[in-house]
Amino acid sequence: MTVKQISIFLENKSGRLAEVTKILADNNINIRALSLADTADFGILRVIVSDFHKASDVLKTAGYTLSETDVVAVEVPDKPGGLAGILAPLKEAEMDVEYMYAFVQSSGQNAIMIFRFEDPNKAIEILKGSNLKILSGEEVYRI
Amino acid sequence: MIWNEKYESMSRNDLEELQLTRLQAVIRKVYDKIPFYKKSFDKAGVKPTDIRTIKDISKLPFITKADLRESYPFDLFAEPMSDIVRIHSSSGTTGKPVVAGYTRKDIDMWAELMARTLVCATATRDDIIQNSYGYGLFTGGLGVHYGAEKLGATVVPTSGGNTKRQVMIMQDFGSNILTATPSYVLYIAEVAAEMGVDIKELPLRVGILGAEPWSDSMRDEIEEKLNIDARDIYGLTEVIGPGVSIECEEKNGLHIFEDHFVAEIINPETGEPLPYGETGELVLTSLTKEAFPVIRFRTKDITSLHPEKCKCGRTIVRMKRVTGRTDDMLIIRGVNVFPSQIESVLVAVEEVEPHYEIVVDRVGHLDDLLLRVEVNEQIFSDEVRKLEAIQGKIQDEIESLLGISVKVQLVEPKTIARSEGKAKRVRDLRKEKE
Repeated sequence: MTVKQISIFLENKSGRLAEVTKILADNNINIRALSLADTADFGILRVIVSDFHKASDVLKTAGYTLSETDVVAVEVPDKPGGLAGILAPLKEAEMDVEYMYAFVQSSGQNAIMIFRFEDPNKAIEILKGSNLKILSGEEVYRI
Repeated sequence: MIWNEKYESMSRNDLEELQLTRLQAVIRKVYDKIPFYKKSFDKAGVKPTDIRTIKDISKLPFITKADLRESYPFDLFAEPMSDIVRIHSSSGTTGKPVVAGYTRKDIDMWAELMARTLVCATATRDDIIQNSYGYGLFTGGLGVHYGAEKLGATVVPTSGGNTKRQVMIMQDFGSNILTATPSYVLYIAEVAAEMGVDIKELPLRVGILGAEPWSDSMRDEIEEKLNIDARDIYGLTEVIGPGVSIECEEKNGLHIFEDHFVAEIINPETGEPLPYGETGELVLTSLTKEAFPVIRFRTKDITSLHPEKCKCGRTIVRMKRVTGRTDDMLIIRGVNVFPSQIESVLVAVEEVEPHYEIVVDRVGHLDDLLLRVEVNEQIFSDEVRKLEAIQGKIQDEIESLLGISVKVQLVEPKTIARSEGKAKRVRDLRKEKE
């Protein structure tokens, strides 16, 4: 049920993000979700794309350092307390969130949160137990 | 002024004759007394009797720092320990230190050389010499100290550190001459300014500065900031310590005391001797040391030799200020650093051949060490804190190995310039600023 995310190391200097997105565009790869974490020196670009294998290949060929990470996509009810309802059972189970980011589906009413856990499969069990909707990789890549 | 007119200004012919007699004697001695030299001369097929002119020195094999280390601690001593009155040693940051022994006669000879050195840099018996070179195993402190006493000047053995006290002494004692590393002199000037002392107005007249490479622009800065005459001094533990060569008032190279040392320049690649004027690696032979003679020691320092008579009256050869090294050793804040040391830390952390670049710069008066490391898949993580932990780990390990602080910057692959596929390891911006 996990989703494949590609994380790319970028130096914190102008034009780096533009270059990565251009490589993806040139190869007809669509970005589904994206988040950027940065420090003064460097940034880590995290993307979920339409074609994970192809994106990984073209970026590696272009010389980027990247890693593939299993993340969890959870549908967040669009109402007050939506996110709190996801975090509560995680806290209960002492499951730390390494990082997270959100994106909105074009069709649906609900936002989707991407979570990075140390143990994604255990997190999925906990969230399913709380009747939350977990999206599969295929579902996210096709959004 | 010249301390020893006879030996500093003798004709080149007489000098070469003297050198030859002394060379023949020292070669005979090391061959008979030190197994290393016997083995090395035999291997090269050369006998002490083959040395008939001073030029024949090039028939002899070299000795390297590695040879000296392998003989740790006393294997290259030519005299019994009962005749050795003092030991000094190099810092040994890259392994075993080089240990130098001195007989009583060696100490006297060294004091003579240092008296010449001080006088060449205008010192007289009326001067107060504040000696801020470290006292201890390092040759700088005691080397200057004995020379100053031999000259009859007043020596103040402050050693390094305690900078406020250095300024106070300089002010209260009226020190005329300061002996220290050039970067420490600039630091003293800074501390003086913070203390509200106008260092330019103090009686300080001359700085005799060395033990680390420094540029002409740094000299200008020191002379301007302290209102002194700054002279370059050269020496090394392997050969004797300070007292090998010194700049006179012409500041046109450093005079080598050739009645005690034979200087040669060689092509560092082939080992072939190069003529006067050409730039290459300096090779030194001690002619008169009893306890720890060295024959054709490869200094790895890059310079050239100029035998023309100097306007100061000295006939002894001048070496240009040292501009670089044949190996990749860097001297950062007085610490010897080899890129291979940094590489070993990175290999341990990354588990693969690292691509990195060492950038050394001088910010203010302090050398600044920046290590740029290409991020490979072994160390990359999608989490910022893990990457920062790796940065910190590399930083800590290098700091504990070298004893100097370093900033680690993570960069993208292929950002470090490669020549013939191999990353260019070192960028020394201190040199570019000269």
